[in-house]
Amino acid sequence: MGGLCNHSLELTGLAGNPASPVHRLDPRAKIVGLVSITIVAVSTPPRHWPVYVACATALAAVAMLGRVGVGDIWRRTRVVLPLILFVAIFVPFLRTGGAVYDLGPIKVHEAGLLVLAAVAAKATIGTLSAVLLGTTTTFPAVLHGLEAMRLPRTFVLIAAFMYRYLFVIVEEVARMRQALASRGYRPRNALQAGALGRVATALFLRSYSRGERVYLAMLSRGYRGAMPQAVPLSLGRADIVFVGVVLASLVPLRLLAELA
Amino acid sequence: MSCAVHASGLRYDYPSGHPALRGVDLHVEHGERVAVLGPNGAGKTTLMLHLNGLMLGEGALEVAGLEVSSGTLHDLRIRVGVVFQDPDDQLFMPTVREDVAFGPLNMGLDRPAVDERVREALAAVRMAHVIDRAPYQLSMGERRRVALATVLAMRPRLLVLDEPSANLDPRARRGLLDILEPIERTMLFTTHDLPLAAELCERAVILAAGRVVADGPTAEVLADSALLAAHDLELPAGFDLSGVALRPRPEGGAAALAARS
Repeated sequence: MGGLCNHSLELTGLAGNPASPVHRLDPRAKIVGLVSITIVAVSTPPRHWPVYVACATALAAVAMLGRVGVGDIWRRTRVVLPLILFVAIFVPFLRTGGAVYDLGPIKVHEAGLLVLAAVAAKATIGTLSAVLLGTTTTFPAVLHGLEAMRLPRTFVLIAAFMYRYLFVIVEEVARMRQALASRGYRPRNALQAGALGRVATALFLRSYSRGERVYLAMLSRGYRGAMPQAVPLSLGRADIVFVGVVLASLVPLRLLAELA
Repeated sequence: MSCAVHASGLRYDYPSGHPALRGVDLHVEHGERVAVLGPNGAGKTTLMLHLNGLMLGEGALEVAGLEVSSGTLHDLRIRVGVVFQDPDDQLFMPTVREDVAFGPLNMGLDRPAVDERVREALAAVRMAHVIDRAPYQLSMGERRRVALATVLAMRPRLLVLDEPSANLDPRARRGLLDILEPIERTMLFTTHDLPLAAELCERAVILAAGRVVADGPTAEVLADSALLAAHDLELPAGFDLSGVALRPRPEGGAAALAARS
């Protein structure tokens, strides 16, 4: 049973205990709560460490309530975070000011280190918020929530199609790679990489014609240019408490940082 | 009384000028199950798309009691359900529930009625347990069944299936046949799975190069090996037609459906 459960969890993108109070929250509550944590962290100037700590504590509480394991969070975070931190890593060498630390041929400035630390904290909190949303809410539920929050339906539709066909296209890419490999394709230099360009072209054409076929399938079931309304969501007490606690604990701290 | 399909001199040329249908004459009564057979490129899919007004050709075409024209498209698409060959084209919503609800919602039904139809359609294809799954999590056989449910939920008068058994393993194919058999609808199958035609359809039509070249009881059409060979069709080696019984039809079958329509 455990194996089956894990399998279906992976397929939905969820992690932790699907019956937890966090998983059961209305997707809008989770979007508002977790985006608020990110906004508070991102808008806080460097040196106001208590605000960052409070944001991290809030995220840890969400993870614990949702029984999301450290392993799951780490596996997903490590995909995104290094890319963001890669940009920030150069700041201590470029930004001047404050004490200077001599590292042989290069010098590191205190002001730069401070910015790096703040950026790292913001990036980590933002990434963790997104990861926690993803581990506690299925993608269709997030879309549903965004639509209920009046995000333009075209955006929601584009995201929905992207999600639906991502896997189809990934499978097509995998098949094409196998087809190339099975005929001995092993590019050794840039000139031999031309085949990849043709794969990309073929993929584009296939995706385009799939788009046309999907449109026909939509028309054949009565589509006339407007997507049908999704089931209305309803906010419960738990949802209001969740958003209330997040805002009540972080917003005053953030405002205090402004006054300090 | 109206008929399920009445095509007379139906012609369609692709934008490139290549003719796809060169004057199709086809008459299908309510309650009939007709297999449209033919080699690749015969025009089977083009004909299927015409039945739902997804392509508009020249000539006379009446489907499910409606003259096919730009003014009748919405009603036509509600009356005629098309199951496409590739379920990944048909299942475009993030979850099975939303996908099956798509057609009924476009018909303007209210939410309880839509939920009822979603449950009914998924139960009919024995897929009620996947209602909250995403289509990509399903096997090909399961996707094909859910694709059928998306159309059944609209309770169409005419059901058109394009190559329903393509890419299915024998077990999934058998499962699909078991599901199709009790459905009380006028059905049109385009296929080159001749044993499927023999089991499900009492009538078979051969389409070749955009024309109907043979039309008769399935057993007779499939027994004419010279006719099949002339149109690039062939029964599996060793297949014994006499050993295949046409599947029993629902109570009353064609007559009851015809009376209701």
